[in-house]
Amino acid sequence: MRMFALIKRITQQLRKDKRTLALLFVAPLLVLTLMYFIFDSEPSDLKLVVTGSNPMINEVLEQSDFELMQKEKYSKDQMAEEAVDAWLQIENGEMQLTLLNDQPQRAKSVQIMLAQSMNGTDAKQSIAADFVYGDKNTNSFDIFSPMLIGFFVFFFVFLIAGIALLKERTTGTLERLLATPIKRHEIVSGYLLGYGLFALIQTVIVVLYAINVLDIVLVGSIWLVLLTNILVAFVALSLGTLLSSFASSEFQMVQFIPLVIVPQIFFTGIFPLDGMADWLLQIGKVMPLYYASAALNGVMYKGFEFHDIAIDLLVLFIFAIIFITLNIVSLKKYRSF
Amino acid sequence: MQNAIHIQDISKAFKKKQVIKPLSLQIERESIYGLLGPSGCGKTTLIKMIVGMMKCDAGEITVLGKRVPDASLLAEIGYMAQSDALYTELTGRQNLEFFAKLYGMSKSEQKMRIEYAAEIVQLSNDLDVSVFAYSGGMKRRLSLAIALIQNPKILILDEPTVGIDPLLKQSVWKELERLKKEEQKTILITTHVMDEAERCDQIGMLREGQIIASGTPVELKTQYNAITFDEVFLKIGGGF
Repeated sequence: MRMFALIKRITQQLRKDKRTLALLFVAPLLVLTLMYFIFDSEPSDLKLVVTGSNPMINEVLEQSDFELMQKEKYSKDQMAEEAVDAWLQIENGEMQLTLLNDQPQRAKSVQIMLAQSMNGTDAKQSIAADFVYGDKNTNSFDIFSPMLIGFFVFFFVFLIAGIALLKERTTGTLERLLATPIKRHEIVSGYLLGYGLFALIQTVIVVLYAINVLDIVLVGSIWLVLLTNILVAFVALSLGTLLSSFASSEFQMVQFIPLVIVPQIFFTGIFPLDGMADWLLQIGKVMPLYYASAALNGVMYKGFEFHDIAIDLLVLFIFAIIFITLNIVSLKKYRSF
Repeated sequence: MQNAIHIQDISKAFKKKQVIKPLSLQIERESIYGLLGPSGCGKTTLIKMIVGMMKCDAGEITVLGKRVPDASLLAEIGYMAQSDALYTELTGRQNLEFFAKLYGMSKSEQKMRIEYAAEIVQLSNDLDVSVFAYSGGMKRRLSLAIALIQNPKILILDEPTVGIDPLLKQSVWKELERLKKEEQKTILITTHVMDEAERCDQIGMLREGQIIASGTPVELKTQYNAITFDEVFLKIGGGF
């Protein structure tokens, strides 16, 4: 049977390609483990601040699962700063609820828990709610979409730039390039700006489409969104070209997706970060998309200004600088000076 | 006159495998030097060290009086690797333009050099076709044209005539000889085709990282008392 010849050949080939085998058998375990810990995370307790007082309501709330705080005075700004989920104002018997709504599920949970606690008391009236971020129509996509925009920019730029440089390596054009008086940093910066231009166009298209056609919320400045995504593109570009030197074929480049791209998705905030184990959160902090998501979500949904996301942008910038430097150094493999 | 390429006791090892054993070699200006040897004998490694892409473990290489590696030498060396190393999405002209720009030529200079290089390899009529559609021989020719684009004093060609037809091979060799005579180029060429060896001024036979014989074609034939080059090879070391 000729079929067996084929089976044998495939087995022989795969046994030689240790990396593909490792990926085939080990990568799923890695991703699964990560998912296990992430979904295992308990959401943290809902924080509720109460100002003013009504003995009866206080008593009811004491028995609820809220992490309760009594304050004399409170404000929306303090809520945002201290990540307090809800603020209940009691004045002259009237109740006013303010929800942080940075994650719509948590805002809904607050409302449900409050309603349940009040059930059977005299205060069984519907409470008018006010929102710090978004409004009562906010849905999960409004929260996800900023992260998704950053993710797509990262993903496509990473792959395209990585494969492009890989092709230069395998066809020998990189070697030929380095036989000309071009400097190593000129190659790297040429790549960054050349592909960066297309990444910029991609970003503009994606952002404009998301805002104008899909009607995704954009509270902050579109320029900040573009700035963040350009930095994301630079990080992805420099990381992609760097990792391409560890790949000997397009196939091996694609293998980086479960290792480099997928784990980052878990730390973008699509899955709630606040209940995560501390060590897990530390892992997230070495991932560029963690900072990109924080910045994009901040600008698009929460209306953050430049100074609010400056740290995130700085970290992305540092990532890019590190990867770019490593790129320049790694080209030494092809030319000794 | 000072030699164009002067190699003194260089050696190179990869992961303990000695690819180049201590080796010395002189290449005169305005000559064609043929580096002969079977595949895997270290030809490409030697060439890469001369160009400066690779460092030698020991010894010293001097090209045009400058010690390698020296960035300023890159403009003086036209290098053609074994692989065609072309951007297949681009046209022949775009490929040539790209490399011309890397050598910092002005617009008019670019145009002139592209015309000249294309003329030599007989690609003038196909310059505006995507390389993707080129035949194997055409790609080889374009690759050679790129090596000539900056008008280098030294041409280093790694098996330039592999995969091109005999007629074109003749014309490439005629051009190499003309470049040597009329434009005072020094040419280092690797080959394992014996009839090409006969056209070189000097020959070095490389085997397992060592020059096992060198001299002019006539000298070698007399020395080994052979009529053809195949015979010389066989007599030196039992065939490749």
